Amino acid sequence: MMDIQIPDISLSAIAPEITLTLTAILLLMLEVFAANKGRDHLGYLALGGILLAALLTTRLVGDPVSTFAGSYVVDNFGTFFKLIMLLAVGMTVLMSMRYNEDNGVDSGEYYAMLLFVTVGGFFMASGADLMTLFLGLETLSVALYVLAGYTRTRLASNEASLKYFILGALSSGFLLYGMALVYGGTGATKLAQIGTAIAHGQVSAPLVAAGMLLMLIALAFKVAAVPFHMWTPDVYQGAPLPVTAFMSAGPKAAAFAFFIRVFAEAFPAMQADWWQILWLLAVVTMTVGNVIALAQDNVKRMLAYSSIAHAGYLLVGVTVASEAGVSAVLFYLLIYTFMNIGAFAVVSVVAGKGEKYTTFADFAGLGFRRPLLAMTLAMMIFSLAGIPPLAGFIGKFYLFMSALEGGFVWLAVIGVLNSVVSVYYYLKLTVYMYLKEEGSAVEASTAPFSPAMAVALVIAVYGVLAIGVMPAGYLAFAKTAFLSF
Amino acid sequence: MVITATFYLALSAILFVIGVVGVLTRRNVIVIMMSVELMLNAGNLAFITFARELNDMTGHVFVFMVMAVAAAEAAVGLAIVLAMFKNRETIDIDQIASLKG
Repeated sequence: MMDIQIPDISLSAIAPEITLTLTAILLLMLEVFAANKGRDHLGYLALGGILLAALLTTRLVGDPVSTFAGSYVVDNFGTFFKLIMLLAVGMTVLMSMRYNEDNGVDSGEYYAMLLFVTVGGFFMASGADLMTLFLGLETLSVALYVLAGYTRTRLASNEASLKYFILGALSSGFLLYGMALVYGGTGATKLAQIGTAIAHGQVSAPLVAAGMLLMLIALAFKVAAVPFHMWTPDVYQGAPLPVTAFMSAGPKAAAFAFFIRVFAEAFPAMQADWWQILWLLAVVTMTVGNVIALAQDNVKRMLAYSSIAHAGYLLVGVTVASEAGVSAVLFYLLIYTFMNIGAFAVVSVVAGKGEKYTTFADFAGLGFRRPLLAMTLAMMIFSLAGIPPLAGFIGKFYLFMSALEGGFVWLAVIGVLNSVVSVYYYLKLTVYMYLKEEGSAVEASTAPFSPAMAVALVIAVYGVLAIGVMPAGYLAFAKTAFLSF
Repeated sequence: MVITATFYLALSAILFVIGVVGVLTRRNVIVIMMSVELMLNAGNLAFITFARELNDMTGHVFVFMVMAVAAAEAAVGLAIVLAMFKNRETIDIDQIASLKG
């Protein structure tokens, strides 16, 4: 009889994932068995799980641990992305409590879905095997399809989840077929083995090239790069606001983790083939995102196009693919999480019950009605535009510096020009808030916001200011998380 | 005639293309979901063929994972279509276009 070899399994390496999954399951059970409808305490339970997972994750900083027969690797790169995911989901839970109460959302399943998305993102950040990465991506996507359509009676939300589902499933198909071709070409599914096989030339080159291209298309879908961005504005506009905030930061970070890990570990030997494609993708994404954002009159949709443009800036770092480039991407994603979720949080306060007030006109006069709220939004918006001394400026500075150092002068120039264009539509919102007459959202935006929302906004403001003024510590951590190309 | 691995790969490529074209051109959501299943199963067929050629078990295991994922995706997809149908009484995606710009 054949012996079954049990591979080396380290449960402590996946303790954060286990914590999150158990918390999610507990939430589902409490929702069913106890009279918990519409109460905040399920949110606090989710928050407790997130904090515990964050604690366990910080303890894994240090030397890389490879476990589950080498298909899961816990290194600083993955850990950095996990902390970004946890920050994003934590802020989202805080900003969801009031929203759920106002919009009649059953909270247990909602928080459980948020945690499942996070677990999927963890697997994308740490997977070292095509199989783990695929499963992580699907866990994340399937839970996100549900979240996008969570306010079931709102037509826009239905439509958002349907569109997201169709295009997400299409990109999963591309990803899977690409993985199959790479497997056929190299005979391996472990990223490290694929990398060695390609470096030694023991592969079927056409199969690997076609597979890489299909995987690239799927990943471009997931990070919302032009021309694969068509779903983003509709989904971001239709999904419930807290979910939109989360989608624009957490899952995007996870998709970039997947992107960088695959290209840094499996395809570094083919860099000469892929850098031009990425270069073009970065330029087109930045430009199209910014130009279309100029013409928007819905703030949610404007932020959706701004997030497409930001995916373009981040692709600059991936194209450069040097130590400076990759650590700049990590650093920028951390900053982006603070400022983008912060901006969406303010929008969700102004939008009110049923998200009635989301156009630019609804923000008119906000600076006089709600000075603190308007100041917070202005700060987030200026940070997104990259105006010093806020964090967004430092992040963009390191991204474009890395492009210059890597010899991609044109990429840096186009990036800077794009940020200049973006200032226009960000300033437009500020002009509405401070220089226009009061708009239609007067009654909604005088409602006091919940303490949980206040905490989320304080975290966002702290992040944007602290990283903007003293970036050294965060940047040093991002540098240790560098993954070698 | 001997049926070689090339035949299986060609079949999987054809299925994949039919799936992609189906997703992009069909207007009925249920047919779109069937096209997505075709794409995933084309990937599965390619995995199995390569696994047989390479004499390697990994491809087989991958296919089991994909089948589970496809089932979960179909379940969530149908739920989304149902929620849509309750509100709009249509599953034609041309009529579901209130978000644009």
